[in-house]
Amino acid sequence: MLTNPLDSNPSFQLTASYGQFSKVETVGLAGIGVGFLALAVALFGAGTIAPIPLFAIFITGVAGGSLLFFKRYSARPAGIQNDNIFFSPNLWRGAVAWILGVILTGFYVLLYWFPGTMEHAIRIFDPLSWTLRDRPADQWLMYGTFYTLAVLIMGVRAIIKYRHIPYQIVRSVSVTFFQLVLAFIIPAILIRLNEPELYFSYFWPLDFDAIWPSKVSDLSSSGSIGTFFLFWAAALSFVATPILTYFFGKRWYCSWVCGCGGLAETAGDPYRHLSDKSLKAWKIERWMIHSVLVAIVVLTGLLWTNSVTEGAILGDFSSAFARTYGFAIGAVFSGVIGVGFYPLMGARVWCRFGCPMAAVLGIIQKYFSRFRITTNGGQCISCGNCSTYCEMGIDVRWYAQRGQNIVRASCVGCGICSAVCPRGVLKLENGPTDDRYNGPILIDRDSIGVLD
Amino acid sequence: MSRIVIIGNGIAGVTAARFIRKAGDEPITIISAESEHFFSRTALMYIYMGHMTYEHTKPYEDWFWSKNGISLVRGWVNRIDHTTKTLFLDGGRPIEYDKLIIAVGSQPNRFGWPGENLDNVQGLYSLQDLQTMQEATSGIDHATVVGGGLIGIEMAEMLHSRGIPTLFLVRENSYMDYLLPAEESQMINNEIRRHHIDLRLGTELKEIIGSDGSVSSVRTSDGDEVQTGFVGLTAGVSPAIDFLDNSGIETNRGVLINEYFETNVEDVYAVGDCAEFRDPEIGHKKIEQLWYTGRRQGKRLGLNIVGKKTPYDKGIFFNSAKFFTIEYQTYGHIAASADEATGSVLWSDTDSRRLLRINYSRADNTVVGFNAFGVRLRHEQCEAWLHGRAQVEDVVREISRALFDPEFTRKIPGGLQSSSPVST
Repeated sequence: MLTNPLDSNPSFQLTASYGQFSKVETVGLAGIGVGFLALAVALFGAGTIAPIPLFAIFITGVAGGSLLFFKRYSARPAGIQNDNIFFSPNLWRGAVAWILGVILTGFYVLLYWFPGTMEHAIRIFDPLSWTLRDRPADQWLMYGTFYTLAVLIMGVRAIIKYRHIPYQIVRSVSVTFFQLVLAFIIPAILIRLNEPELYFSYFWPLDFDAIWPSKVSDLSSSGSIGTFFLFWAAALSFVATPILTYFFGKRWYCSWVCGCGGLAETAGDPYRHLSDKSLKAWKIERWMIHSVLVAIVVLTGLLWTNSVTEGAILGDFSSAFARTYGFAIGAVFSGVIGVGFYPLMGARVWCRFGCPMAAVLGIIQKYFSRFRITTNGGQCISCGNCSTYCEMGIDVRWYAQRGQNIVRASCVGCGICSAVCPRGVLKLENGPTDDRYNGPILIDRDSIGVLD
Repeated sequence: MSRIVIIGNGIAGVTAARFIRKAGDEPITIISAESEHFFSRTALMYIYMGHMTYEHTKPYEDWFWSKNGISLVRGWVNRIDHTTKTLFLDGGRPIEYDKLIIAVGSQPNRFGWPGENLDNVQGLYSLQDLQTMQEATSGIDHATVVGGGLIGIEMAEMLHSRGIPTLFLVRENSYMDYLLPAEESQMINNEIRRHHIDLRLGTELKEIIGSDGSVSSVRTSDGDEVQTGFVGLTAGVSPAIDFLDNSGIETNRGVLINEYFETNVEDVYAVGDCAEFRDPEIGHKKIEQLWYTGRRQGKRLGLNIVGKKTPYDKGIFFNSAKFFTIEYQTYGHIAASADEATGSVLWSDTDSRRLLRINYSRADNTVVGFNAFGVRLRHEQCEAWLHGRAQVEDVVREISRALFDPEFTRKIPGGLQSSSPVST
């Protein structure tokens, strides 16, 4: 008798689907669509008329729809869920990726230079802004809300997707916490209290003007919170950064605290495989990131010299210099390219090629840190999952297959190489600095003679 | 300067080439019919599953080969004339060598099943196999995998990733029970079924039934006939050495070699899973078919050719795999069934699908092997314990030194105390 396998085994139902979505997931996608539709309706004028309902629909649709969509991960056994990524028009530079890239890039252009075009959409954030800050919304409040929402929602996704790995859960909670509290709620409350808008999780040189003369004089004259912030910023930049990086590597900041890293690790996680792993890209990376570091250090030095000498060096040009850096690096690089190109180049373009804070942390990590990724003896099978899913474009496999530890300036310690490794080869560790580079290059003893 | 020619660009041949290049600058040529560049065979499944593209599976960028003076030739070797030291290629120009390395790998076994030559019936070893599998499985409603080994379970996982209902026929009464102790084997049975694979244990393929030249169903040993659009034959692999017939190079199942990888013909070597040791040590296999053994053999052969001639030492065995979500590592020797001379310490947590087994010799209480499921162990530490013949109670007490799981992972308790039954 001819039987259909679906009848022969009652437990034999499918959980995976190729290029298809379950009912719940489809409803979730529709919900996200309704949320963004509300935003579009607001943008075209209705935002001024009915801000509260549109805001409610936007938040409910996007957040609720996303949570339903995440059934995609929770309905399947916990484990690495990377099936079909390279067949997706969204995740492998297909049509959807290009459309999203254009929309994101366009959004940043409007946000920075033509915020007036988004006036009606900004209005639906008025109720939230009054509640938090006791004043009407502006484009930055809207942007901050989008950003924090993206980190929270996609943070939940990361926790569900990587729920079998405690390190990923702890890290995802950390990075969403810092975004929500230190980069969204506290600055808003400070504004409400008529204090300066301060971000306690960003430090010079990433927060490039944090120790510029103009900012220092503003803050020191603005009362005790401003003065505290100056000490905080200086202590974090020059004392805590080297100490923490010595003990934990760059990850204490880049993949646990930083907002740019926060967005990359959550909203950018689906795009992490898009980074370029070639040797050429690594060369470009080193030139670019260190050039930006030199630029910000020189600029800060110039500004201070100019300030101390009362304008003898730059004269009236000092503000023009500062504005140029702010435009080129602060807006174009970290915003437009850094996030706009997520679907095309991955989520860490800014962190890898541009961020001067990452450059400083990287130098410390490479030369004075206890952090490394340990390679487990001869167990590597050269499959390439680690390199593929490294958002920083490190060719992890190149080290792993030689039994060599990975000590790289750019590694942010996200831990995904270790997660996707099918053979348990990689482990993020802090340990004594002396054996960091050589580690267990097993192995030409008389026993395991497999490696170089 | 001797011209070195390697047939096959897999891990064994490529590793040999790299060690020869490290020591000098003899011209090296690698011939492959399968692919232009070396790729990781173990990653084939991830291409099908959409975790990576073919490009991602190349361990070295394409410039690596010319930069290291390694010529790559795409072609199929038809015939070897060892008297003139010449290779004749299908279509291409003949290639002369001074030293020849045969590293051609394997091909899937077929056992003369009725219908095994129908369309959409195949094994999985090569890049070409993967391509035919891509085509054969697109748009089908059901698939069947025959053979309960590593490639079988990987193929089931591959089909699962595309949402294709899969029947998995395993001859043994429990998955891989010829290699795994009962607890481990049962854990994998459960894991397969948890992913809704229709696992039929103790069931063999009787017949593959086709219509219009293509498979339409399979008949199993318990009399069922089940619809299927694809049959994966994964009952092992054997050396792909048909092209050596009448070459004068002695073969049995594989190319026969001594402990220096030398064949019966001077200046012709064979390495990797196409090679068969004439006279292996007791307890060792004649043909080694793992990634790691290919790499290890390739290294030893490379060093031998550049003058550091030493017999092949298999060292302390290790291997790894992944069964759906469960990672597996093994070090040393763990037998499938217990014997009186061997004791076993077992820690397991079935809820989290983790298991650790440490076997020891009852005669002197020294550890002889580790099996880790859902637990990562430090290779170097396990190796040091096995090599140093550590006492089992010391290993159990200090097991945390060997744990390699990511930070914050729940530790296996010292002394392996658990709520699950512990046998000693």
